[in-house]
Amino acid sequence: MKIFATYNIKGGVGKTATAVNLAYLAARDGYRVLLWDLDPQAAATFLFRVRPRVKGGGKALIQGTRSLEGAIKGTDFDNLDLLPADFTYRNLDLLLDAARKPARKLSRLLAPLRASYDVVFLDCPPSISLLSESVLHAADTLLVPLIPTTLSVRTLDQLTEFIAGFDGQRPDILAFFSMIDRRKSLHKEIAASLPGQRSDVAATAIPALSLIEQMSVQRAPVAAFSPRSTAARSYAQLWAEARERSALPPAKSR
Amino acid sequence: MRTALREFVLDDSGMPESDDYLVALGPRLRWHGDGRATTVRRAWLDTFDWRLYRAGLTLELTSGRGTAELTLTGRDGAVVAAQQAGVAGGRPRWPGLIEMLPVGPLRERLRPVVGVRALMPVARAASTVHGLRVLNSDDKTVARVTVDRMSVSYPARAVLPPRLAVTALRGYQAQADRLADILAASRGVTDSAGGALEAALAAAGRHPGDYTGKVSVRLVPQSPAVVAVAAVLEQLLGTLQANVGGAARDIDTEFLHDLRIAVRRTRSTLKLAGDVLPGGLAGRFRPEFKWLGDLTTPTRDLDVYLMGFAAMAAGLVAASPAELQPFHEDLARRRAAEQRQLARGLRSARFSKLSTEWRDALGSAAGSRRGRPSAAQLAARRIRRAHRRVLADGGAITAASAPECMHELRKRCKDLRYLLEIFGSLYDPGEHWQAVRELKSLQDCLGEFQDTEVQRGEIRAFASQMMDARTAPAATLLAMGEVATGLAIRQRQARSEFAGRFRDFASPASQHRILAMTETAAS
Repeated sequence: MKIFATYNIKGGVGKTATAVNLAYLAARDGYRVLLWDLDPQAAATFLFRVRPRVKGGGKALIQGTRSLEGAIKGTDFDNLDLLPADFTYRNLDLLLDAARKPARKLSRLLAPLRASYDVVFLDCPPSISLLSESVLHAADTLLVPLIPTTLSVRTLDQLTEFIAGFDGQRPDILAFFSMIDRRKSLHKEIAASLPGQRSDVAATAIPALSLIEQMSVQRAPVAAFSPRSTAARSYAQLWAEARERSALPPAKSR
Repeated sequence: MRTALREFVLDDSGMPESDDYLVALGPRLRWHGDGRATTVRRAWLDTFDWRLYRAGLTLELTSGRGTAELTLTGRDGAVVAAQQAGVAGGRPRWPGLIEMLPVGPLRERLRPVVGVRALMPVARAASTVHGLRVLNSDDKTVARVTVDRMSVSYPARAVLPPRLAVTALRGYQAQADRLADILAASRGVTDSAGGALEAALAAAGRHPGDYTGKVSVRLVPQSPAVVAVAAVLEQLLGTLQANVGGAARDIDTEFLHDLRIAVRRTRSTLKLAGDVLPGGLAGRFRPEFKWLGDLTTPTRDLDVYLMGFAAMAAGLVAASPAELQPFHEDLARRRAAEQRQLARGLRSARFSKLSTEWRDALGSAAGSRRGRPSAAQLAARRIRRAHRRVLADGGAITAASAPECMHELRKRCKDLRYLLEIFGSLYDPGEHWQAVRELKSLQDCLGEFQDTEVQRGEIRAFASQMMDARTAPAATLLAMGEVATGLAIRQRQARSEFAGRFRDFASPASQHRILAMTETAAS
């Protein structure tokens, strides 16, 4: 089981759109996929038309009185399940703080799902917190969407430095440019030059497209409702890079 | 992986034009079509003796649009394993042995179930499947429904009433249960009694598990013995005929094995109880069944050798298994030649005449008016007589007795065993099982003794022929010598166990069981 997490300290950079589309594409490739929407805003949950409610809330999951398995919902797509968000996830930091070894908690909670899923996506809320630290420890690969600005690149450096201080397993970082506005020369310049200079930046960039915004109207991954669009193709390229980078073995036929 | 929650059959009257099954789901659920219907070809694979079905498994091969997939499901419909059906060198053509399946978990799960038997299509059909989704007020799918219109092409042509399958989505079980309840209460919709395979077979008047090599005819104790014996022989003929095609085509070794057992049981019935049949039938047909038995012997003997070859090679101490390879090749060549002879015999006019005349003769025997003795009386007399002979012959065997005495005793044991099998349905199942178990223990010991004796002789003969034909290097002959030594050790071991096994068989409790069991049925 490979765990991917979409993470950035900033909000509105395309974390959820990335998690939703890549999870869909992984499932389409034949992997058994789970997406855990950890953001109390429940955007990924909304996009899959699932009600943002977990019995017992985040407390039951973190304290282990309810198994993750029991809270999972099937999406409309084969091989793709969702662990929905719940508004109580806003308190996950407090709950983790009360737990033993909080930074390893998510990793421990996910361990029993190894036999059931090949790929897990964690869609994180924008923050730097105990929850995000637990996510960083659980993930094999961090997918970091970046707006092509100098400041974003600086944030990536800070994240890399933070992870370098981890004991034991450290996630691999795969940053990629997101919401690129082709009309802005700075966007074009940074997106064109940086991937060649840094191995942790993907060659694929996701453009800013109204079709991606349409996801909230269609309530489906863009690759599902507009599979031949530029947006769908961009996510497919990004998924191919992420899959290769994480050395995910081919999906088994079952 | 989704599992079908409930399956329904739609009455012909309500379907398909009116779509009455699309009942009102209430304000919170609605139907949504999943686009165009798809057509798939389906084949269900099992062994001839239904080993998968008996193990609670169903193996389905679906193909369409250039893909083919094998799906193994359990009794509850849950998928145990699934994988693409293609293998290197193209898709397999069935029937075939387990090695025809692609390498993977599905094959490994099936290997111990299938054993030496071939997988073969037990039903074929084409299904046009229309997918429907049931949506809640958020337009979220909460259950999937498939409408399957199936045309069966094998074992008989038939168009089946449409079948509905409701599948719950994970986390939406309550909604799927509700939907299934609504469907169950709808006009023209009934709960399906079995799966698609059962439905396909039922169209041909068959059902899964309908073949067994065992004697399964239910005898009535008071019925005339002639009727009972004719019924048993008729079933044995059915078993024999069911296996002829597979044995002639060499689909797997067990067709011939079951055919031989049916012939041996027929011969024993004719010998031990054939005198109740009218018109000297037994005397007339016994030579023909002997011919049939003899026809099958060489191939089966070589099958036994080849099936045990790996274990035989693994048991070598001084020689290496590779040194036995020329012996294996020699056996395989001989077997191929014998199989051709066997197939010719089974396709011959003589065999065809035997089958036809025997069936006609049994038909007239079953109509015989001879009321005495009853089935139970005849069974009691013959079983007791056979039992007494085993006790007498076995009791006379000493450490100094010749191997022939053991062989004779083995034949007497077989007589008793066949009688117990033929008339088994007349007796209390527990007592009968115990009596067979005690006899089988003695038979196993005698069988080991005799088989090793025969195999040693055969190995000597094979070695001599291979030497004459200069087809075996010295190392192979030495390895065969080592195999013969191993057989001699096994034979000595069986001989040393005989006294104990016979003592158990001849114990007062065991003797009493046979007497009491047969007396109760005959009284």
